This record gives sequence, structure tokens and C-alpha cells, in this order.
Amino acid sequence: MADGSIGLWTVPLAVLGGAIRVSTPFLFVSLGECITERSGRINLGLEGTLVMGAMSAYGISYLTGSPWLGVLAAGITGALLGALHAGICSLPRVNDVAVGIALMLFGTGLAFYLGKPLIEPTAPRLPAIDFGWWSDIPQLRAALRVNVLFLIGVLLAPILYWAFRTTRWGLLIRTAGESSDAARAMGHSVLLIRLRATMVGGFLAGIGGSFLSLFYPGSWNEGLSSGQGITAVALVIFARWDPLLCLWASLAFGGAAALGPALQSVGVTSGYHLFNAAPYILTLAIMIITCSPKRTLTGAPAELSITR
Amino acid sequence: MTSEAADSAEAIGAVAPAADPGFLQRHGGTIEYVLIPGAALAGALVVFGIFVMLFGKNPLDLYFYMYYGAFGTWFSWQNTLTRAAPLILTALCTALPAQLGMVIIGGEGALLIGALSATSAALLLQGMPPFVVQSAMVIAGVIGGGLWIMLAGALRQYRGVNETISSLLLVYIALAILNHLVEGMMRDPASLNKPSTREIGAANMIGSIPGTDVHWGLVFGLIAAVAAYILIYHTVFGFAARVAGGNIRAAKIVGLGVSKLILTICFLAGGAAGLAGMVEVAAVQGRTNANLAAGYGFTGILVAFLARQNPLAIIPVAILLGGISASGGLLQRRLGLPDASVLVLQGIIFVFVLASDALYGRIGFLKGKS
Repeated sequence: MADGSIGLWTVPLAVLGGAIRVSTPFLFVSLGECITERSGRINLGLEGTLVMGAMSAYGISYLTGSPWLGVLAAGITGALLGALHAGICSLPRVNDVAVGIALMLFGTGLAFYLGKPLIEPTAPRLPAIDFGWWSDIPQLRAALRVNVLFLIGVLLAPILYWAFRTTRWGLLIRTAGESSDAARAMGHSVLLIRLRATMVGGFLAGIGGSFLSLFYPGSWNEGLSSGQGITAVALVIFARWDPLLCLWASLAFGGAAALGPALQSVGVTSGYHLFNAAPYILTLAIMIITCSPKRTLTGAPAELSITR
Repeated sequence: MTSEAADSAEAIGAVAPAADPGFLQRHGGTIEYVLIPGAALAGALVVFGIFVMLFGKNPLDLYFYMYYGAFGTWFSWQNTLTRAAPLILTALCTALPAQLGMVIIGGEGALLIGALSATSAALLLQGMPPFVVQSAMVIAGVIGGGLWIMLAGALRQYRGVNETISSLLLVYIALAILNHLVEGMMRDPASLNKPSTREIGAANMIGSIPGTDVHWGLVFGLIAAVAAYILIYHTVFGFAARVAGGNIRAAKIVGLGVSKLILTICFLAGGAAGLAGMVEVAAVQGRTNANLAAGYGFTGILVAFLARQNPLAIIPVAILLGGISASGGLLQRRLGLPDASVLVLQGIIFVFVLASDALYGRIGFLKGKS
């Protein structure tokens, strides 16, 4: 089948493919941040975690030859950064928003430093599952080459939704987020709950980073992440701290982010950079529409400093 | 030994009580503001020393080259001051809204928009006397950057959108607009490899302070910082801003126009960062291109936090961090450290400074007998 014979259909197909491919890091970071924020703390440092995850996954995959070990390393790196965030935040009078900004700069800087020798070599990448075997349209087949991490993320969203509602851990996290006094009265350490929630959040964000370097775009360089981490943090806010909504929002974002490259592939190049900014503009627009100065957002954890 | 700031702070502490026994009690707060960030800086330098030691470098060499590259020679001093100029201005972009309790981290975006506006003004006014062009560039840069951050302030005030996230999203949008214009409408056809706008012209560059290689942007920064200090601590407007930052309900009860305060402060904050963009165009680059996104906006956030959001304290802190980034080149050449080592050190300093917030009011000998 010749290229271009499906004409402008290339664009929606590429957007569909993008929604699946590009959304994975958004999905992991937003699910991780969802857990952290439900416990009553915000971690803006996930942008740094994402970059560190991407770098460590690429490095470990290159050194060991196993991309899955790379994914694990990215998760562990993310959990460590999460522990650092939670550790500093548990000191008295320390602002969690500011610590997040600091860790955003620290994580990015450290990843650039340690990742210098990794720009040249090629590391083994994660495999993809071909869901488009039934079709003979190459664009559709490309769009349906799905990575396992995406499927894990898609499964994780309903599991988290269920866990928040029905498990002991979910209840503890929500209690810490809604009223630290209540959690304390039940005899639990709020700081410990938040430490664990931030570490799990960091673990997931690190895995999101590993997807960037090991699958799509699939290499390590310093421009790998430009704001996906912070966009995902914003995404949690208008997903109303609901893991299922995080999934839909991530897919919408992946689609928006794929718009620029998709239009470029059919020869629309004039607004390339503006289309590339689509996810940020979309985030801002949705925040403007959904936020309100008069009430706190429904579903917002009461202890969260950022919603006030 | 690792930090002069900590040394000098201790010197104050050691000398003063002999002269006046009540000194520590009365000035404990002020001393804390020097001592604690100084100690945080020293701690960060020690950790960074250990970090480079893990890579087989001698930390003493590191400290020496950092000092030498930042403040060792007249040449390095000039390099340091040139880098401090935009840092003062971008730090104000975080420090001014902080008086209202807002955390704005989008200085980089305001810098880019300011640079773009200033360049447009200069290109529109080609052929006019340099003084007219330069004044127009300053005004355009301030207005461009100011409106950009005012947008984040307005979204916070009228729509309840978190200003930290929106200002950061605006950075990426600003970068996209800059790239779009520089590669499209405003592109100089002669710029092949690095898409750029046309040059603003040598006559319109603001040049150096006589006898130095430091450009006039430093003076812009100093004036802006002092003006911001006077505005915040010595005017009714600044007092109102600090009241609103301390307790927004009290401010509304006493009838302060909170919306007006937020919009004005955000405009001034963005204006400062926009001026930094104008300075980078009119004193360094001579045109607008992607080189302008050099991270001054992000380092400015660190400067503001390290200066505890005080506009006057921003000046020495900006010089210090300007020095750290000025020494980056030397660290690269002499020690073979990657250029990102400056970023790592900045990150470590930031983490230490925030963690040190826990220490205020807890240092025994400053509290006196109670």
C-alpha cells in the first residue's frame, strides 16, 4: 500500500497513535502524583524525577543489556528522589511546593551530569506488541504498536481507583490527605504515610521517565522531557484526583502532543512549534475552565497546600 | 573554610557580643538571615565536594577553581557580574510576588517574551536615534514580560488557577512562540544554522560600563532591586502587599484592593524579568534566538529563595550564583567536569537552603535567656 494514499486520514491516525504512545509518561506521572497528592502533599519535583528516571533507565539498560532492569532502576531512582522530597518536607516549616521546585532543578541537573556519557551509545529498547497485524494500512499498524508499559498503566488506573476506595492503604492515604488530625488520632504517623505515598509516586514517575528513553522517543538526550512532568502534575488537578480521569486526561494529552508531528508528516509545517505547545496550552485552558476562585475543587484533598 | 559567607557570619557573631552583650538578642533575627543561608551554602559545597570526589576529582581543586573562576581575577569578576545582572532581574520575578504569598516560577518565560518585545521594538524603530530605540526597547521589554506574568496573576485572582503551575506552563508556551516567530515571521534569511531575528544594530547596543567589560544591564539590575526594596518596605503600597501576603482576609476587611495589588505586583515582577530579556538582547546577543533560553529564569528562582525573597539581599546572592556559573567554564577545562555540574551544585544549594528553613528561631545562643 502506497504512502499517502489515505491522505489526510494520516493525521487522526497519527494522533491516535500519539495518544497511545505519548500518553504513557503522562499517565505514569499523573497516577504517581495522584497517590502523593491524595496523601496531602504535592510533589512538583516529578519533572526532575522523570528526567532522572529516563537517564538511569537508559544507563542501566545500556550497561546490563536488559531494558526491564532499566525500568526497575528508573523506578528505584524515582522512589529515592521521592524519599528525599518527603524527608525534607517532614522538617518543620518547610514548604512542599518550594522543595518540589528545588528537586525539579536538582533532578534535571543531576541527570544531565550523569547522563553525559550516555548521549552517544545505543541502549536496548523496550519491545512493542503489534496489535495492528489484522490491518494492511501501515499508518494504522504503526499507531497500534503498543508498549507493555502503556498496558500496565491502563490497568493501574482502575486498580488505583479501586484501592483508594476499598483497601486499608487507600483509606489511610485519603485520611492523611483529608485530615492529618484524624490520621493521628487513629494512631498513624502522617509523615510516614506521606513518605510512602511520595516514594510510590516517585517510583511511578521514574517508570514514566524510562518509557521516554527506552521506547518513545527512545534515546537519551538533554531535551528529552520539556515539561511533561509538570503538565502531568497539572493534569492531576483537573482530573480531580481521580485515577480513572487521569487515564482519560493522559490520553487526551498524548493526542494533543502528537498533533504537531502528525501535521508535519502531511506537510503542514508553518505552526510546528505552536502545535508542539498544544499540551501546555490545553492544560492552561482546561485549568482556566475548571478552576474557580469561589470554591475549592471538588475532590481536592483538604490538606493539600496548592488548592487552598 | 568552604564558605566565606559562613566565615564572615561567624565573625560577626564572635566579635559583636564583646562590644555589646545585648547585641545578639536584639539582632538575632538579622544574624539568622545571614548565618543560616551561609551554613546551608557551606553544607551544599561540602556535599558537592563529596559528589565530585566520587568521580575521582580533588574537592580542594574544585573549591580553588570555583573561587578562581568566580572571583579570582578582574576578568572572572567581570564575567561574574555580567551573569549576575539578569539573575538580579529574574530573581525579582519570584521575590516580588512572594510578598503576596504567591510562588511564581515563570521568570524564564517573561524573559523570553521581554526579549522578543524589545527586539520587535528595535526592529520597528530602525533609523531612529539610539537613545530613542533603547528607551523603546526597555519599555517594550518591561511591558511584554509584565503582561506575561500578570496573566498568571490574573488567572490566580479571577479563575483560581494555581500560579506556580500556570507560570511554568507559560514558560513552555513562551518558548514555542519565540521559536515560531524566530523561524517564521521574524526570521533573518541570512541566519541559516541558528534561526534568529535580524540584528538590532551595533549603534543600538547598550554597551559596557566605562573601564570594564560589564554591560549596563548590571546597573539596570541594581536600580530595579533597590527600587523594589523601597517599594516593598518603604511605601504604603508595599505595606499593603505585605499585609495581603500575611493574611488575605485581614487585607480584604481593611479594604485593600487585593486584585489590584496582585495584578500590579505580578506586572512589576514580570517586567523585571522582561527587562532581563531586553538586557540580554541589547547587551549580549544583539538579536533574539533560542540562545536566550539559557536558564537565567530558573536560576533566578534559586536566587530569590536563597535571598529569602528580600530584594536587597538578591544583589549579593545573584553575584554569588553568577560567580558559580561563571566558574563553570573553568571547572570544565581544568577538572573535566561536565557543564551540568553547575546545575547539580545549584540543585544541592536549593535543597539545603529549603531544608535550613527548619532552623529559624531554633539556634540556642541567638535566643538569649528566657
